[in-house]
Amino acid sequence: MAITVSETDMLEMYRRMTRIRQFEETTQALLLKGELYGSFHTSSGQEASIVGSCMALRTDDYMVGTHRSHGHPIGKGAKIDRLLAELMGKETGINQGKGGSMHLSDFGVGSLGETSIVGSGLPVATGAALGSKMQGNDRVTLCFFGDGASSQGTFHESLNMASLWNLPVIYVCENNGFGELTPTHEAVSVPDIASRAAGYGMPGIVVDGQDVLAVYEVVSEAVRRARAGEGPTLVETKTFRFDNHSIGMPVETPGHAEMLVHWRGNRCPIDLFDRALKEFGCDEVTLREIDAQVADEVSAAVEFGRTSPEPPPEAAFTHLYTNPIRIDS
Amino acid sequence: MHTVTYLQAINEALREEMDRDERVFIMGEDVGWNLLGATGGLKDRFGTERVRNTPIAEAGFVGAGAGAAMVGMRPVVDMLIAPFVYPAFDQIVSIIAKSTYLYGGQAKMPIVLRAPMLYGAGNAAQHSDRPYPTFMTIPGLKLIAPASPYDAKGMLKAAIRDDDPVICFEDWTLTGLRNEIPDEDYVIELGKAAVKREGSDITIVALAGAVPHALAAGEQLAGEGISAEVIDLRSIVPLDRDTILASVEKTGRLVVADPAHIMGSVASEISAIVAQEGFWSLRAPIIRVATPHTHIPFSATLERPLYPTTEKIVNAAKRAMA
Repeated sequence: MAITVSETDMLEMYRRMTRIRQFEETTQALLLKGELYGSFHTSSGQEASIVGSCMALRTDDYMVGTHRSHGHPIGKGAKIDRLLAELMGKETGINQGKGGSMHLSDFGVGSLGETSIVGSGLPVATGAALGSKMQGNDRVTLCFFGDGASSQGTFHESLNMASLWNLPVIYVCENNGFGELTPTHEAVSVPDIASRAAGYGMPGIVVDGQDVLAVYEVVSEAVRRARAGEGPTLVETKTFRFDNHSIGMPVETPGHAEMLVHWRGNRCPIDLFDRALKEFGCDEVTLREIDAQVADEVSAAVEFGRTSPEPPPEAAFTHLYTNPIRIDS
Repeated sequence: MHTVTYLQAINEALREEMDRDERVFIMGEDVGWNLLGATGGLKDRFGTERVRNTPIAEAGFVGAGAGAAMVGMRPVVDMLIAPFVYPAFDQIVSIIAKSTYLYGGQAKMPIVLRAPMLYGAGNAAQHSDRPYPTFMTIPGLKLIAPASPYDAKGMLKAAIRDDDPVICFEDWTLTGLRNEIPDEDYVIELGKAAVKREGSDITIVALAGAVPHALAAGEQLAGEGISAEVIDLRSIVPLDRDTILASVEKTGRLVVADPAHIMGSVASEISAIVAQEGFWSLRAPIIRVATPHTHIPFSATLERPLYPTTEKIVNAAKRAMA
């Protein structure tokens, strides 16, 4: 490690990773019981990539997520009660029940939403960075996207503009091995998506997406560059999704189950970090306390969601515009 | 007062709004080079940061406009010509139209897309579209189609000041028009149609490039003893149904003139509203004068007859009066 991370920050990383995993395991169970509904793509397995990236940001920096982004606002520091209520479609949800699983957000912590058309968030993040640059502040924008999105035109258009205009943006490609169900090597023409950065004159860095400290170090350097006016960076985190593309889908890629045994057994980012923390001298009790505190937090969030009101029917018509107009019905 | 052309009016609106509010900036293909004549002098006045030439990457720079708007800027994205919205369609539909709603009001989207429509000029099917009906079907957008220099300036300024996304469909068949306009700042509220000629026998609602034809038709009909009320729609979303319904209540007859394709057109929507809500005022069938549902051919001989003309509107009005 070229950079040092305080014990406080490392424990906060562990807490956020654990928060994501427990949030996902709990909400997935609620989905399978029928208490939640809608398409549901979990972040389990990708916690190190998320938290290592987000912890390199300030709260007032911006972030854009994807359809698989329950974890990203959590990584950015959002409270989970309103995220959970959003998954329940409740009035108290972060989007007041308008967005659901594929569109979580929390503008209060710089999470500018998540877009469920693959690749559509890249131009948005690029524009947020353009806005910050024009406003003369030193905020950066971090754009999460998947390996699948790296084949979209928006990826190439965005990187080209960001490099041309020297924008303070960090593109973090979470390569989890599959674009929906298709293995990445069947859809992406190069072994490392990070190598595509060369086509746009920016650094492209591959990092172990299961190692939170490695991700944090790489993204911190990219953030430093962006804040210093040195331009964008493409980071590729090699990771793995621990669940099916979408929970409850009847089809999964052949071989995923076998690979999953290896990844869950040997490459779980939380287990790996748990082990590393102990090597740094953290004691077991501290970590288990965090687990228990997070479990309480998640239970409280579920309770908050369950006891929250459904949105009133007229809410279907609010927020269509900031300056409302008459709506035909 | 001073006299301006349609393009000069747009240029003045852009310049004045950029002077007034430093969050306003322009980006698009060739905006710095004033390729189509509406952005002249702006690069010299405001610099290349605020008059930003972009790569030919419509999805990229339209989406970047959305992102900039979400963090407090007020971009005016120049599409160069209206059909160039198609590569950016997902950004317009999924991001620009929906972000305020999806995130429960956390996101504001104060962005303007300028979409100049260059039809009737021998540019064939891919360059000649008037694509506003497509966008009319998408909630969350506001759509305007100014038909005079006066409206172009006042409505574009209102659009730039609006906190919602507005697509300004500029009709470049009108670039020869000149108006006297006030020297001082003015804005025209979005969503208000303008009664351009009062009449009692028949209502003619027109939009964009069909408006001058409708006015000429009103003049011609007057010579034949028919009193036509001519309404310039000006704004497609919000749609000023009250002004239209009040006029039809008075006249009992309606012709709608619309340069876009007839199927699923603004003319169709207005006809449906009047048929549903103004039915008992009607004394004759509603007639739409719009472009037939075929592609725009290159040959001038083939293209010219397709759009609404004064003659077509006069004939439609006479049929309604028969």
